[in-house]
This record gives sequence, structure tokens and C-alpha cells, in this order.
Amino acid sequence: MVEFSLPSHSKVKEGKKYKAPEGADNIKRFQIYRWDPDDQDNPRVDTFEVDLEDCGPMVLDALIKIKNEIDPSLTFRRSCREGVCGSCAMNVDGTNTLSCIKDIGEIGGDVKVYPLPHMPVIKDLVPDLKQAYAQYASIEPWLKTKTPPPPDRERLQSPEEREKLDGLWECVLCFCCSTSCPSYWWNGDRYLGPAALLQAYRWIADSRDEETGERLDGLEDPFRLYRCHTIMNCAKTCPKHLNPARAIGEIKKAIVQRK
Amino acid sequence: MTTGQRPLSPHLQIYKPEFTSALSIFHRITGTGLALGTLLLVYWFFTLVGTGDAFVKMQIFWASGFGRVILFAWSYALFYHLCNGVRHLFWDVGIGFDVAAARRSATAVVLLSLLMTFGAWAWGLSLLGGS
Repeated sequence: MVEFSLPSHSKVKEGKKYKAPEGADNIKRFQIYRWDPDDQDNPRVDTFEVDLEDCGPMVLDALIKIKNEIDPSLTFRRSCREGVCGSCAMNVDGTNTLSCIKDIGEIGGDVKVYPLPHMPVIKDLVPDLKQAYAQYASIEPWLKTKTPPPPDRERLQSPEEREKLDGLWECVLCFCCSTSCPSYWWNGDRYLGPAALLQAYRWIADSRDEETGERLDGLEDPFRLYRCHTIMNCAKTCPKHLNPARAIGEIKKAIVQRK
Repeated sequence: MTTGQRPLSPHLQIYKPEFTSALSIFHRITGTGLALGTLLLVYWFFTLVGTGDAFVKMQIFWASGFGRVILFAWSYALFYHLCNGVRHLFWDVGIGFDVAAARRSATAVVLLSLLMTFGAWAWGLSLLGGS
């Protein structure tokens, strides 16, 4: 359902302000979305002043510094801190990205940090990804075959066949793309979204997979696939520079071509 | 804590307007505008049958400042929707998905649709003798 404004309990209020320590002269202000399930209050935006002279270069470095030195209750997911795990996906400076590979220096003005858009919030910058994971599971992301494997070796692929998976396997399932997509915002309950569809195409494009037809059958649906209107926010925002829009386009083409 | 009580994270309120989504929503807006404008156009033709009074009224309306603005907006919607529609046809055959290519085609759509609109008006006004 298209609902442009936020429900009343989700509206964001102004929060607390934390001043930088005395003597800091390279100050950057971080405006960070906060919501604590333990109090009955609406979400708020807290402002933290951070001395960049004493901080790592990435947005995640600043978040960790704030958590360590200013407010230990600040909650966010992070793990690898180098853009390969997909945990620290969030909305920074208006677009979705991995905060660990987002350079603070690229951002003019205050750094605004929000959870991935249009998702239920568990706490602060941690969105509930249950539905996105269920959608990923629904495309059955594993090799499916009908013929028995060769007795003496694995199922082989030519270098050319393997090349078709480039630009697909690199996805870290951070869901930056899905949550940048207005179509997913309005129909996320029935539209699979760019992340799950890119993964669906990863198995459709795999020369070893033998259930391409069944996979296409499962996707051919006005909502699951065709809520993609080629808006292209997904490709624009992907922190791994992948192109879910193209993958979805290839699925649509495959459905037309088999007719 | 159940999911229902969880707040919904901000979306339109905080997402930076991207050229990708801007052109997409404008495609929808111009599409809606075209549909409504077509009703008006059909009514205009419809006034041709009958005594001609209604037709004269429509002619006066189109010649008025407000009528001209409506007509101009409708013509721009037509050309924008046409150009961006062709852009969608390219995507449908798998061409132009790179972000850089999408940016180039977006620029082309905006410039070309403006050019076509002003061209059509220049041509139309010249037929009317420049009024």
C-alpha cells in the first residue's frame, strides 16, 4: 500500500545533543536515528559532535567511536568493517550504503544516519530483515538438478558459463537495493524486491541449474516480479556496484523468450 | 515486543531524490496527466458536433492564458512520456542498464522532450501566424 507519510508512532522527534569535547577543532555533526523498544516514546534524532582528528575515516568508525565514548546504548549491526559482510547497511546522507565503506569526507554538512528505509525498526539502526530473508528463501537459492551428477567429478562449467555469474555472486545481501526501491516500499509484502530477484537470476543464469523453467514459473507474477518498474534506484545505491535492475530485466526477457 | 508496535523507518522523508526515481515518478505523473488531458481533447472534438457554440467556447478556452498553460503542459507530458517510454523499450530488450548509461538516457529524455515541446509550439504558432 502506498502511504507517503509515516504512521503516528513512527514520526521522528528531535532528540538529544552531545557536544564535542573542549579543544576539538575538526568537528563533524552526526544526526542519528534512535528508537528504544523499552520506552514508549517515538523515534528521535540525536546529534553527536565528533572530533574527526581522533576518528577513523569511515562512517562506521564514527558510529563505533560514539558508542565507545559518548553513548554505549547506540545500537547497530557491524562485523567485517570492509564491505564484505553486508551487516552495517543503513541510510547515510540520504542513500543506502554500507557504513564501513562510506567515507565521512565525502559528505558535506551534517552526517545523517537512518536505518534502511521503510522497514520495521528493532532498535536504533537495526531494521527487522525477517521478511527480506523469507523472500530470499522463497527463490530457493541453491543448485537444483534433475540429472544425477557425474560419478567421477563435479558438475563442470566452462569459463564462459562461469562468467555469466559475475556481477551476481558478489551480492552480500545487505538489502540496500531493496530498501531504496519505492516499489518495494509500497508493495514489499508481495514484491520480492531487487535483492531477492538478483539472487533468483543468479540461479537462473547458472548453467548447472536444471530447474530454470520452474524458477521462471515461480517468478512470473504481477507482484513478485513485475512490480519492478525499472526505477533503477537499486543499481544507483548498491554499495558493491552490482546491477539488480539489469538482472530483473534479464528475468523478464527470459520469460518472454521461452514463450 | 511485537512487530506491530515497531516504528516504520523513514523513507520518502529522508531518501535523497535520485535522478532515477525522479524520472520514474515523473513518467507516472505525465501518464496520469495525459489520460486526463485526453478526456479534455475528446471533449474538444465532441463539441464539433452540434450547434458549434460549445466548440467556440472551447476555442476561446484554449486561446486563454490558462488554456495555453494546460495545452503546453499536456504537450510536454506527451513528449516526455513518449521519450521516456522509448527509454523503457530499450531497457525491455536489455540495453542501457549501466548507471552511467541510465544517466545519459535520462539527460537525453529531458532535453529531447523539451526540444520537441518547444519545436511543436514554434511550428504550431507559426501556422497561426505567430499569435
